[in-house]
Amino acid sequence: MLNTISITSLYVLDQDQALDFYVGKLGFEVQTDQQFGPMRFLTVALPSDPGHAVLLELPAPPSVSPEIAGQVRDLVTKGAGGGHLFFTTDDAHKTHAELKERGVDLPEEPVVQPYGIDFGLRDPFGNSVRIAQMTPPPSA
Amino acid sequence: MSRASEDSNLRMLRARDAMDRGYAEPLDVPALARLAHVSEAHFIRTFKATFGETPHRYLQRRRVERAMTLLRSSDRSVTDICMDVGFASLGTFSRVFTEIVGEPPSVYRRRGPLAPVPSCFGMRWLRPSGETALSEKPGDAARP
Repeated sequence: MLNTISITSLYVLDQDQALDFYVGKLGFEVQTDQQFGPMRFLTVALPSDPGHAVLLELPAPPSVSPEIAGQVRDLVTKGAGGGHLFFTTDDAHKTHAELKERGVDLPEEPVVQPYGIDFGLRDPFGNSVRIAQMTPPPSA
Repeated sequence: MSRASEDSNLRMLRARDAMDRGYAEPLDVPALARLAHVSEAHFIRTFKATFGETPHRYLQRRRVERAMTLLRSSDRSVTDICMDVGFASLGTFSRVFTEIVGEPPSVYRRRGPLAPVPSCFGMRWLRPSGETALSEKPGDAARP
């Protein structure tokens, strides 16, 4: 049956701005960036997880009608576009500090949760990003 | 959708995120409006147009959701939980909780522990907004 998730799609409202955020700030690398007809096929992946790419997709014609593109843009900027990326990190505080240094808008400090230490932020379009240092499960 | 309305959405989302994060603080509408870079009257109107309820009501539901979770996942007293989630008086807490949930905090607590889901998920899905919301008095919704 199925093996792994290879590509996850995320609606972004500007692909250059998305590259600046996901590559320039979060540390993704570009995997594919090519024109595919009217579409710019743009995927990025973490260097430590190259098998899982994120397709940074623009909601735009002819994929969807201008009206639907507008509806998607409205929902994404209301935080209801369905885009959520959850990351793990070895050190939430260190990662928080590094992202801050890179100029990422970080509205919250790392918080201790039952499952680890994590913090959340938004990408420039309203998609949700959470970064967690997971507490290792107690060894059996 | 215009760029202006997208920018407005993002500003309202920023204020809503601040409520999700800072519900325990004495948040007020002027502070949230400043965060969204708009005037107070504009903020209340625009927030409601964007998310379908006033900022005041959103925050009340957020606080009640947090209280519901704490009541069923901790041993803290109802009074402590009331303060933990940002209510200044036990009377207001009990009234608002009962109005939104349909039963008082102490009765709700007897429902027992909640399933363990990540809190960010719980906060999105457990914020009460069911039929009881319809029973809110007209004056409540209009007040920021």
